[in-house]
Amino acid sequence: MSIKKSLMTAGAALSALPMSVLAQNQVNMSPGVTRVGAEIYDLHMLIMIICIVIGIGVFGVMLYSIVYHRKSKGFEPSQFHESTKVEIAWTVVPFLILIGMAVPATSTLLEVYDNDDAELDILVTGHQWKWRYEYLNAEGENVSFFSNLATPQEEIYNSEAKGEHYLLEVDEPLVIPIDTKVRFLITANDVIHSWWVPEIAVKRDAIPGFINEAWSKVDQEGIYRGQCTELCGSYHGFMPIVVHAVTQDEFQGWMSAKRADKAAQVAASSVDLSLDALMSEGEAVYQTQCLACHGAQGEGGVGKAISGSSIAMGDIGVHLDVGIKGVAGTAMQAFGAQLTDVEMAAVITYQRNAFGNNTGDVVQPSDVALHKQG
Amino acid sequence: MGDHHHGPAKGLSRWLFTTNHKDIGTMYLWFSFAMFILGGTFAMIIRAELFQPGMQLVEPGFFNQMTTLHGLVMVFGAIMPSFVGLANWLIPMMIGAPDMALPRMNNWSFWILPPGFLMLASTLFMEGGAPAFGWTFYAPLSTTYAAPSVTFFIFSIHVLGVSSIMGSINIIATIMNMRAPGMTYMKMPLFVWTWFITAFLLVAVMPVLAGAVTMMLMDIHFGTSFFSAAGGGDPVLFQHIFWFFGHPEVYIIILPAFGVVSQVIPAFSRKPLFGYASMVYATAAIAILSFVVWAHHMYTVGMPVAGELFFMYATMLIAVPTGVKVFNWVSTMWRGALSFETPMLFSIGFLVLFTIGGFTGLMLSIAPADFQYHDTYFVVAHFHYVMVAGAVFSMTSAVYFWLPKWTGRMYNETMGKVHFWISFVGFNVTFFPQHFVGLAGMPRRVPDYALQFADFNMMSSIGAFVYGASQILFLYNVIATIVAGERVSDEQVWDGAEGLEWTLPTPPPYHTFEVPPQIEASPAHG
Repeated sequence: MSIKKSLMTAGAALSALPMSVLAQNQVNMSPGVTRVGAEIYDLHMLIMIICIVIGIGVFGVMLYSIVYHRKSKGFEPSQFHESTKVEIAWTVVPFLILIGMAVPATSTLLEVYDNDDAELDILVTGHQWKWRYEYLNAEGENVSFFSNLATPQEEIYNSEAKGEHYLLEVDEPLVIPIDTKVRFLITANDVIHSWWVPEIAVKRDAIPGFINEAWSKVDQEGIYRGQCTELCGSYHGFMPIVVHAVTQDEFQGWMSAKRADKAAQVAASSVDLSLDALMSEGEAVYQTQCLACHGAQGEGGVGKAISGSSIAMGDIGVHLDVGIKGVAGTAMQAFGAQLTDVEMAAVITYQRNAFGNNTGDVVQPSDVALHKQG
Repeated sequence: MGDHHHGPAKGLSRWLFTTNHKDIGTMYLWFSFAMFILGGTFAMIIRAELFQPGMQLVEPGFFNQMTTLHGLVMVFGAIMPSFVGLANWLIPMMIGAPDMALPRMNNWSFWILPPGFLMLASTLFMEGGAPAFGWTFYAPLSTTYAAPSVTFFIFSIHVLGVSSIMGSINIIATIMNMRAPGMTYMKMPLFVWTWFITAFLLVAVMPVLAGAVTMMLMDIHFGTSFFSAAGGGDPVLFQHIFWFFGHPEVYIIILPAFGVVSQVIPAFSRKPLFGYASMVYATAAIAILSFVVWAHHMYTVGMPVAGELFFMYATMLIAVPTGVKVFNWVSTMWRGALSFETPMLFSIGFLVLFTIGGFTGLMLSIAPADFQYHDTYFVVAHFHYVMVAGAVFSMTSAVYFWLPKWTGRMYNETMGKVHFWISFVGFNVTFFPQHFVGLAGMPRRVPDYALQFADFNMMSSIGAFVYGASQILFLYNVIATIVAGERVSDEQVWDGAEGLEWTLPTPPPYHTFEVPPQIEASPAHG
């Protein structure tokens, strides 16, 4: 322990990080807040302890040899070799130990795979580079939203101090009720992603064209954070997952509020907004949705430049088409379903008037709605 | 023909047109070391970016190019060719053959490698950048969503595959046809045995990889949809094909390493290998099992539970023959007369660290636990324990062990030992903390990370710089040995070494065993 400690101290001395962060140096898997997670943790500890015990035995024998059976100490080598009895023993004994491991592993695996009787279904869709959640509901309208990284670029590029939940914070978390068997139906829109929240013991690949199932029944209220765990392109490291586990009552309240929000959005799309209102909303949308590919100054990057672009300064219809339908075969996604009409109108207006694109054009939510209808 | 003696040609043509197994072996070894430095440079860029949270040096897209090229260059450029180089030098000398069975093909196997890698490296300078989809290149990230340079990557993989297949055919043909009279299969040194089995694995799986990249090529350029769900294809199919190649590939890398260690440990223990026959059978068992465990890399893709169980049980079984190997090496050391020259140090380093990598491998085989380990730094730590401390340490051990034989000059022992200790400490400081961050939830292949992983990542980076720097010492020692090392004239070089190669003069003449040696009746290794 002392070696590890001194190395950690050396690391801390070199680091400009505050001491409080050091307390977070977790070294082991977390048992999490679900029964399955705790079982997985126990299994992990069991196998690890067996390995450590065997390791101590093997390394002990080796160390004894290294210390005592030295040529420099004048030790005469024996010439023994081959012993059928010994060789049978070290084949059969490990085999029996493996059977001992396989039994609990099988029962835990069967539990992980028991997706029946879920009380709530949530469709999780991986997009480059954000998650979309849709609460499936047999009776009423589904509630759905996108969950984007909320860490500002300034923190990522070191011009501002990093917050406590750096890279593990989103604009809108997934909300689930505790003591409820929640089934996640996991898929992807573009490339393969993987949805992982260690504390609730769910990791399943999100694969375009497939719908994978996983489930969790969370015991404790709390905020649980995870990340995408399958390389999915440039911003793979920047699509976190945040899960708020709340009581059943709070969940119902949240759900009603989301439904009300949705109704309000529909109403808002028939109201015209001022250029200033559209620009400030548009800037916010640009920063979460467009900036990663098109650059902070619209200079381009993965995507084309917005500044001086023939699309952003040309025909409004073409510009709306690109925004709503995306560009097939490129990383430019169809944002029509991802943004509300107000957000789409705002960001299109913003792109047409920011970065030196002073077209003076104003696109209203109603224009977007009209364009979507064809 | 036996009296037709000649030395090497002069100048560049010696290397360009050579069909001599020693020259070709030397070229493979130098080429692989150059690739090791290149792949290592990519690793240094990765570790420098990960030194602290936040983006400092490179952009996320370029970071992904670095992780991809690091993996590809190390696997296909450094480790595999280094063991082929070793095979070229040693197999003919170990079985009493004058050369490889197919010397002209041998020349070609080597000389298509440099253009193959130039093609891969050139993608760094192309518009859209180099491949950025990881060395496992999962579709559709590597097809629909890849940069245009992916086509060059595909052809590069084809070239490397052709080289590997030709090299393997040559090794199989040499071992089957060129053994000296009396050199029965069960008298062959273990290094020859492990390569014999490896060569069959290569011939079996390299065409599968070629198939996978060809299907990608079709998807990208000819409108097929093998891996595109939108066209009725299946992205998971790609992973099945890739890992049907990829898992045997892991053993292709490690089996020759087992062979080296099985030569070195008895030599410096001055005691025969404990169970020669069981080592041969264990190697064969590992090779056969390697074909039925591939989907343990894919526990999270959503396979049916019966599939998960099958692959879990099959994977756990590999622990049995691997255990047999480790127990054998330890029993060989037991009551030997050990001495700790540099080759022995690297082999013991291999034994300790590979065993740790084996343990984490067993942990990863447990499917439900793998749901928490999969694609985290725990996996990164695991495979670097088996690939670096396994294959690379073993390769380093081999170079120190046979270099005096090859060159007739002794390396600097003190410098060799310093190299070992810096490597050993540097390696562990780099990769041990990665177990911790992985278990604590850090995904692999991310250019930036949450603050709670900062300290261990900084430690990892410092260790990596130390390990990287120690290779300069290695390079210096090897060059200094070749240029000005103390001359060795003893045929044996190491008092405990056994095998035909040690019966040859030191250094061996350009052509050896033009007259096959007679192998005595008593078993050489039994």
